[in-house]
Amino acid sequence: MSHSAIDTHGFFRRQAAWRWPEALFWLALVAAYFIFPGNLVLISRILVLGLFALSLDLILGYGGIVSLGHAAFFGMGAYAAGLLSAHGWSEPLSGLLVAAAAAGLLGLATSFVVVRLHGIALLMVTMGIALVLHEIAQKARDITGGDDGLQGIAVAPILGLFRFDLYGHTGFWYSLIVAFLCFLVARRIVHSPFGLTLQALRENTRRLPAIGVSVGRASATIYTIAAMLAGIAGGLLMQTTQQVSVEVLAFERSAEVLVMLILGGAGRLYGGLIGAAVFLVLRDRFADLSPQYWYFWIGLILVAVVLFARNGLLGAFDAIMRRLRRSPS
Amino acid sequence: MSAALQTAGLCKSFGALAVAQNIDFTLPHGARHALIGPNGAGKTTFINLLTGMLTPSAGTVSLLGQDITKMRAHLRVQRGLARTFQINTLFPALTPLEAVTVAICQRRSTAYDWLARLSKRRDAIDETYALLQSVGLAEDCLRPTKELPYGKQRLLEIALALACKPKVLLLDEPAAGVPRGESDDLFAAIAGLPDDLAILFIEHDMELVFRFARRITVLVGGKILREGSPAEIADDPQVQTVYLGSPRH
Repeated sequence: MSHSAIDTHGFFRRQAAWRWPEALFWLALVAAYFIFPGNLVLISRILVLGLFALSLDLILGYGGIVSLGHAAFFGMGAYAAGLLSAHGWSEPLSGLLVAAAAAGLLGLATSFVVVRLHGIALLMVTMGIALVLHEIAQKARDITGGDDGLQGIAVAPILGLFRFDLYGHTGFWYSLIVAFLCFLVARRIVHSPFGLTLQALRENTRRLPAIGVSVGRASATIYTIAAMLAGIAGGLLMQTTQQVSVEVLAFERSAEVLVMLILGGAGRLYGGLIGAAVFLVLRDRFADLSPQYWYFWIGLILVAVVLFARNGLLGAFDAIMRRLRRSPS
Repeated sequence: MSAALQTAGLCKSFGALAVAQNIDFTLPHGARHALIGPNGAGKTTFINLLTGMLTPSAGTVSLLGQDITKMRAHLRVQRGLARTFQINTLFPALTPLEAVTVAICQRRSTAYDWLARLSKRRDAIDETYALLQSVGLAEDCLRPTKELPYGKQRLLEIALALACKPKVLLLDEPAAGVPRGESDDLFAAIAGLPDDLAILFIEHDMELVFRFARRITVLVGGKILREGSPAEIADDPQVQTVYLGSPRH
């Protein structure tokens, strides 16, 4: 049924339609390969951590589930792929699948606790889970390599054709393609019926059961999916850098990915990717200026963004565009 | 045939404070039943016990002949028990179209479908629009809920409950806070509810109570004081005392 006055079908269709800034964003990433050939390693890192932040966006920006322990899944993915590789299975694509499966299983197992909590309790429990994993990894040095990292990692050429190189050429394309495919999955989720259920979850957990939706099931589902994507990001980091240490499970990882998402803007799909780019480029530049105090500048920018652009850089960009459209030409 | 909704010996206490005391209550199919009582009588607590938002200390709740006392809230809704809230409990950033679509997708078992495009669920979207049209929200269906006038938000409360296709509908003060100018649409929506739907509504507005209720239960201090037709309740001296105070001698 088409409603002559109100285009209800078009409303949902327009929400899911690709827009030119999106095409521009991905084309710019492709162009970056040619424009910044000396920075491919940094750009690959941006893609990996952008994917990690995107996974956090699904639970925080869309589902309203806050987490200070998302590194648990990132680290689990990195170690799953790393251990597989160190024990002789060096094929990278199946390594990513194993990373996703391992992190997804951890996400599913911990979701039963996490979905029952809100606010401070949720923050503490998510943080606690990651800290416990970090300590276990520290204790099990024989398996994880501790701070020194896992020994004996070797990653085979992708599809038997594309060997990872020191300059990051293969790593760049591999990260870009994997991040893009994962982004497509996240984008499809956001514009699916479940994506709408998630937004309702973020808006009002009290009302959701009163329309028949299980808050536990919705939360556990997105928590597990987000864990899988974070696991893929971790596996990708391991494969492109060919190293993994307990640092991937550290609290700083969880805090940094949250900062990236808040900087870019939560609940906007691109917020994590933009936030990761801004965060890593600024860190790179500020570290050049003052190697010991670069966090000072990041902190200052974070405060400014939270105070003056509550919805992050993308939110501020949207607000400016809306104002420009409204003002008479 | 069993009642649409029934409670037996329903009790709830918070420590020493008893907020529901041995409530035996029956709501027949197609009922238009009002639950009234002074502030603090335990009316909303009773609704919360029926819907599973509170767990009773003792007693049972049955829906369509099935014991649902230990059933979780969302499963009761799936079995046909829906409610509205005294204070708007909506999804502020979502439009009415989006909010009701969530409820309808849930009823159609597609709310967790994460690989399908929402825009392809044309039947669900059409059903949502038809429902919003029936309660007078079609014109506002693309505005964020937080921007709607209060009366329209009350209508959305009802639309969300109706999207669950309930057999029993619990309306918790549907007209609370609605300005006179916005109440006509609300009254029309309540009057237009299907005849086979059993409705229990809490209301302080006696005009609304006597206009829609065929039976009235008076709750005082967590206990049922009286139950009867509107005329019986209006003439009952004990009810008058509760509402107007004891006559002075």
